[in-house]
Amino acid sequence: MPIISLLLLFPIAAALVTALLPKNNARLIKGWALVAVAVEFGLAVYLLANFAPNTSQMQFVEYQPWIPQVGIGYHVGVDGLSFWLVMLTTFLMLISIPASFSQINTRLKEYVIFFLLLEAAMLGVFVALDVFLFYVFWEFSLIPMALIIGIWGHERRVYAAVKFVLFTMSGSLLMLVAILVLYFSTGARTFDLLELQKMITPATLQPWLFAAFALAFAIKVPMFPLHTWLPDAHVQAPTAGSIILAGVLLKLGAYGFIRYCLTLFPDASQQFAPVMITLAIIGIIFGAMVAAIQKDLKSLVAYSSVSHMGFIILGIFAFSQQAMSGAILQMVNHGLSTGALFLFVGLLYERRHTRLIADFGGLHKTIPVLSIFLLIVMFASTSVPGLNGFAGEFLILLGAWEANPLYTVFAATGMILSAIYLLWAYQRVMQGPLTNEKNKNLPDLNRRELALTLALVALIVLIGVMPNLFLNPMQASIAALLNPSNVAGLIK
Amino acid sequence: MPLTLPEINLYPLLPALLPAATAILIMLADVLLPLKNKNWLALLALLGLGAAAYFSLVLFGANASAFNQSIVADNFALGISLVILFTGAVTILLSLDFLAARGLDLGEYLALLMGAVSGMILMALANDLIVMFLGLELLSLPLYVLSAFWRTNERSLEAGMKYFLLGAFSSAFFLYGIALLYGATATTNLESIHAAVSAPAFAAYPLFLMGAGLLLVGFGFKVGLVPFQWWIPDVYVGAPTPLTAFMSVATKAAAFAAFFRAFMVAIPTDVFDWRLIMALIAVVSMTVGNVAALTQTNLKRMLAYSSIANAGYILVALVAGGAAGLSSALFYLAAYAVMNLGAFGGLIALGQGAQERLTLDELAGAAQTKPWAAAALAISLLSLAGFPPFAGFVAKFFVFGAAVNAGYVWLAIIGVLNSLVAVYYYLHPIVKMYMNPPAEGWVAAPARTPLALGLAVVVVVLFTIALGLFPSEVLHFAQAAMVK
Repeated sequence: MPIISLLLLFPIAAALVTALLPKNNARLIKGWALVAVAVEFGLAVYLLANFAPNTSQMQFVEYQPWIPQVGIGYHVGVDGLSFWLVMLTTFLMLISIPASFSQINTRLKEYVIFFLLLEAAMLGVFVALDVFLFYVFWEFSLIPMALIIGIWGHERRVYAAVKFVLFTMSGSLLMLVAILVLYFSTGARTFDLLELQKMITPATLQPWLFAAFALAFAIKVPMFPLHTWLPDAHVQAPTAGSIILAGVLLKLGAYGFIRYCLTLFPDASQQFAPVMITLAIIGIIFGAMVAAIQKDLKSLVAYSSVSHMGFIILGIFAFSQQAMSGAILQMVNHGLSTGALFLFVGLLYERRHTRLIADFGGLHKTIPVLSIFLLIVMFASTSVPGLNGFAGEFLILLGAWEANPLYTVFAATGMILSAIYLLWAYQRVMQGPLTNEKNKNLPDLNRRELALTLALVALIVLIGVMPNLFLNPMQASIAALLNPSNVAGLIK
Repeated sequence: MPLTLPEINLYPLLPALLPAATAILIMLADVLLPLKNKNWLALLALLGLGAAAYFSLVLFGANASAFNQSIVADNFALGISLVILFTGAVTILLSLDFLAARGLDLGEYLALLMGAVSGMILMALANDLIVMFLGLELLSLPLYVLSAFWRTNERSLEAGMKYFLLGAFSSAFFLYGIALLYGATATTNLESIHAAVSAPAFAAYPLFLMGAGLLLVGFGFKVGLVPFQWWIPDVYVGAPTPLTAFMSVATKAAAFAAFFRAFMVAIPTDVFDWRLIMALIAVVSMTVGNVAALTQTNLKRMLAYSSIANAGYILVALVAGGAAGLSSALFYLAAYAVMNLGAFGGLIALGQGAQERLTLDELAGAAQTKPWAAAALAISLLSLAGFPPFAGFVAKFFVFGAAVNAGYVWLAIIGVLNSLVAVYYYLHPIVKMYMNPPAEGWVAAPARTPLALGLAVVVVVLFTIALGLFPSEVLHFAQAAMVK
């Protein structure tokens, strides 16, 4: 079964079917959308069931010549680095679609089409093993996301959507030139990633190519000081858009660093590591401090992403097995816990039509269930042991210590700061006296919302309690990535 | 001394002759046959184009030539002629209801259009400067008339007049260039010019240089390169929209074909290295076109400036040169044809009767009233902006790839930065159509899109997607298209 092609083609086919559904039958469109993302998740579960955890080899590989004249192929596959991200993407889509049901009332059909196309594009980035194919998916993912922000977003949605596209493209266009230079410089005349990895990129070119790739990825992650598009996009996007944006799209950048920068330009990656780590640590602290002073709950979560993504970059460029494991696990963790945070902000917005912290207060009396789950998710985000965030960030800090203890010292302050801004926000929103009249009669979670919450929290707890279940399948691939010459010895 | 006449072989000339014959047939049929429905003439025109396309395919790979090497039906010329023929056919489908809604006569229009197509293909087939000039004039004269075809509309008259005056000027430059080159080399055949200037005893260098420069002016005018681009915005805005689509695509393809052939064959870079000049013109054209397009609120004017920028991108392929440059240029012209036709077609389909929907404000909310036409326009604009998986992305990829391969990394970087600027204005109509509430006066239930128009738009949009997803076949074709 060409499982990966199915994963890529099914959402596109489902989007085409959606285009043919009657525009005014909201029930039918919602039902079909749910079926589509559920089937897609089912396909991913099939992948999970058949994934061999102890090898660094690419699995489920498919290859078809695509533009053979210039060495471009449809080459896809997953390994331990990309596997969990595929699972995360399909899972968050399964959360996002039903999470939109109460919020999206206009142009539902287009909404579903764009989400399904977005899903295919994001999965394509994770499974592509051809640089050209990767770039196609990478760029294409912009269009549906921009439309989702621009059509169904909040007040300044158009500005945020255009800014999102222009920022991302300014990085990726230079990456396109770098891809071309890479292609012509190796002499292999192929865009196949696995072939290119066997070549040694000329040492004089490596820094330039690394810089061009890194710029594209750093904007996407986003790393300080290229993060300014993110608060706009996150705050203006509709809830499900924010979940996918934070949960998956930011991971495209981090994944790009691992899959492309580290493997194609290993020397330059080592060379630039101190710069990357310094920017990451600045991002961790800066993001956390800016998050603390936000008045808007959604921009607080948005800035917290800048901080958390800094940890992931730190983990990647610490070049150790532990830190890299932590970084990849933390990508999944951040997707789940930040996705959940955006979900809750969205639920509060649906109830109160405001995102300002000052408008809330004492809500735990009116909506106790929502408030207790929000607390759990905030704990996960602040890395409380027993929940998922702890496993990831602890491994990153541990691995970074080997590289340079100073890194750990500075980065750890980010964990403290995150406790401050999240718990302070919780205190102002949920605790204290219930003074505002409008807050007194809010409905608590309904069944649909409870189901979504439980699914997210269950995974958050599962990763927190049994991180090895998630860490083991990626070990062989990480070992091969960090020490390509010694692959055989590390795999038991 | 006996006079030897060259062997007359019309076969390689068929792609240009058939449209010309069709033009005459249409003129006669229009006058002589008592046709109630003039759409039969359109069918006749389509058949003529189809026959020409058939012979272009038959001739493909044969490298035929005629009239003592002054006509060369090599694969590059045939590829270009296919692009022109396809554009002509789509233009006819776009025009039928557009003309009817404005009370314009179809017969004359079609005859003139076929004449222009014939001239364009002649220009692509020309391997001799005089034949090239014949093609240039044969394509220009019908286009001057067609630009002013909507004779009750002031804008259209202005467009025709402007195009005619400036076009006549550029033709004079072109002709003067030919004269100087002939003076320097005593021939008008491209290969003979090459041989003459490469000879060690070649003395008339200044004359040759001035001739080449004037030739560049003529070509630069027709393809719309800076600083010869001034006519483009006004003519594009004033001409009837289907004709604007035709001019922007087919004229560019024909003139670029001759441009490439003249410079790659006749003017060797080791005698006169024109690459840096071309690179600078490309940079200026891309930049001026894109920056000027940023502030436009009328889509036809915006697409006019975008066509200047696109001429710059195609010129990058000429600078890159070689087989890679040539095949990427051919691919770019094919991709540009489908996506630009898609953009203009979508724009026409968004209109209503004789009312056109051209400004950004009028386009607001169009996605809700005419979702399919809006989607066609959006996909074409995204393709023009260079988003995968559409034709424009692959085309840019090949052109910039050729530039990088030839060592012009800086040119590729300027090119991609220019595409970034372009993204902004291509997104603008999409933002308006999708993210804004419907404009006043357009909310009422729109009429159904006419069949011919709908068909044409669907075909070009499908081609825009197909060229992006499966470029291999067309690239194969383009790579076979080598100028000897």
